[in-house]
Amino acid sequence: MSAQDIAFSPRRVGAMMLRYWYLLRSSWPRLLDLVYWPTVQMLTWGFLQYYIANNAGFFARAGGTFIGAVLLWDILFRGQLGFSMSFLEEMWSRNIGNLMMSPLRPFEFVAALMVMSVVRLSIGAVPVTLLAIAFFGFNLYALGLALVAFFFNLMLTSWAVGIFVSGLILRNGMGAENFAWSIMFLFMPLTCVYYPVTTLPAWLQPVAWALPPTYVFEGMRELLIHKVFRGDLMLDALGFNALFFAAGVVAFLALLRSARRNGSLMQTGE
Amino acid sequence: MPAPPPIAVERLVKIYRTVPAVGGISFTLKPGSITALLGGNGAGKTTTIATIMGLVTPTSGKVTVLGAEMPRQRYRVLHRMNFESPYVEVPMRLTVRQNMKVFGKLYGVDDLRARIEQLGRELNLTDLLDRPTGKLSSGQKTRVALAKALVNNPDVLLLDEPTASLDPDTADWVRGHLERYCRERHATVLLASHNMVEVERLCERVIIMKRGRIEDDDTPAKLLARYGRRTLEEVFLDVVRSSGVESEAAQ
Repeated sequence: MSAQDIAFSPRRVGAMMLRYWYLLRSSWPRLLDLVYWPTVQMLTWGFLQYYIANNAGFFARAGGTFIGAVLLWDILFRGQLGFSMSFLEEMWSRNIGNLMMSPLRPFEFVAALMVMSVVRLSIGAVPVTLLAIAFFGFNLYALGLALVAFFFNLMLTSWAVGIFVSGLILRNGMGAENFAWSIMFLFMPLTCVYYPVTTLPAWLQPVAWALPPTYVFEGMRELLIHKVFRGDLMLDALGFNALFFAAGVVAFLALLRSARRNGSLMQTGE
Repeated sequence: MPAPPPIAVERLVKIYRTVPAVGGISFTLKPGSITALLGGNGAGKTTTIATIMGLVTPTSGKVTVLGAEMPRQRYRVLHRMNFESPYVEVPMRLTVRQNMKVFGKLYGVDDLRARIEQLGRELNLTDLLDRPTGKLSSGQKTRVALAKALVNNPDVLLLDEPTASLDPDTADWVRGHLERYCRERHATVLLASHNMVEVERLCERVIIMKRGRIEDDDTPAKLLARYGRRTLEEVFLDVVRSSGVESEAAQ
């Protein structure tokens, strides 16, 4: 890999962000979609928790764990979806060939997609967190610095998965599009979003502990139930995230090379 | 040291798994020239152009653009190249100006505002600059695609059917614009087209491909003389039908 391959231009990253911003701005259904599902999910789980809290002692003590889990899960899921959706827009608009033949480097493309995933997530998540305060008195922002650690770790995982999925779609065409929508749901049972890791069978627990979001959701429960911030869990998550992110980038570059070999970049349809 | 040729293809072979697409072709283009790459469907034109653009890795052989080996050294030269192809589109929801702005920034164009205005005037797009690209007619979209291809004043321009879907008047006007651009910028153009009138008017050299190989390569005048034909279309049909109907399945 030469110096020119890894030369990084903020101007080109800005150009891609501008492209996605123009797109979002021009389409109210796209903007509405960013808020719609997170709101529906938060309200559903919030009311469920409200009902259980009034009928079971433990859940009354564990106030906010469901809503907290829903909001953090949304950061993970919507973060990856935000990354993948921006990428898919290029495939749907048949623009990927223009980008691949422009001076835009893969790292710049990925950087623009990462920033846009945060932008899209913010548009969707901020109103929902405010609704959580209004409806259930649950203030996610009261988690303070812990929230920053949770958010950063979840975003790293979502980017790693998003990068890998983008590589799959580049290599295999739109036949692989469904991975963008479904792959994160594989994480849902294994990362123990709504229950402690000890709920899983013993043989499955090491798998759960190899996934960075597991540490975040365990950390969230420690904080909300026992009022303890577990920095050690966040550091473990960061370590696994570094591995995940590196693996995502390596896989993306390998899939891109493979796409150049088999001509997939010219045929971005099915 | 002499400047490297704008495009040099040396013994290029491309095999997709077991299917041969290009079978060891070689050619070099002169600076400032306009060359046509002709061939029936499945002849290997698109793969050849995609390899020159760096979108496809050769199985063997070598392709260089302005001295940079493609795709390995593509970032040395991509800012000096551009292309237009029916296989890609500029984003339809963005206005023409927004698209020009995004691509101008990607290609590092200086004084982008002035360049967009200039392209608007030259390609008769001024009144369309603030309209969504998707709302334009197909002829207008083709002019937008051409504006995108010229936004960085490329030294090497690859065009795949640049006047497809244009009415004869607009197509003629676009050809005139391309001719002027190449003369003024001394740019090199490789053009894939099925429009033989266009090829005769624009190109000083014609490369005819068949089943992944170069069947003939000469000036239009010499090709007409050699085949004893009056038009390039007749020459093209002679070459393509010379040993039976070309099998797309074989490609």
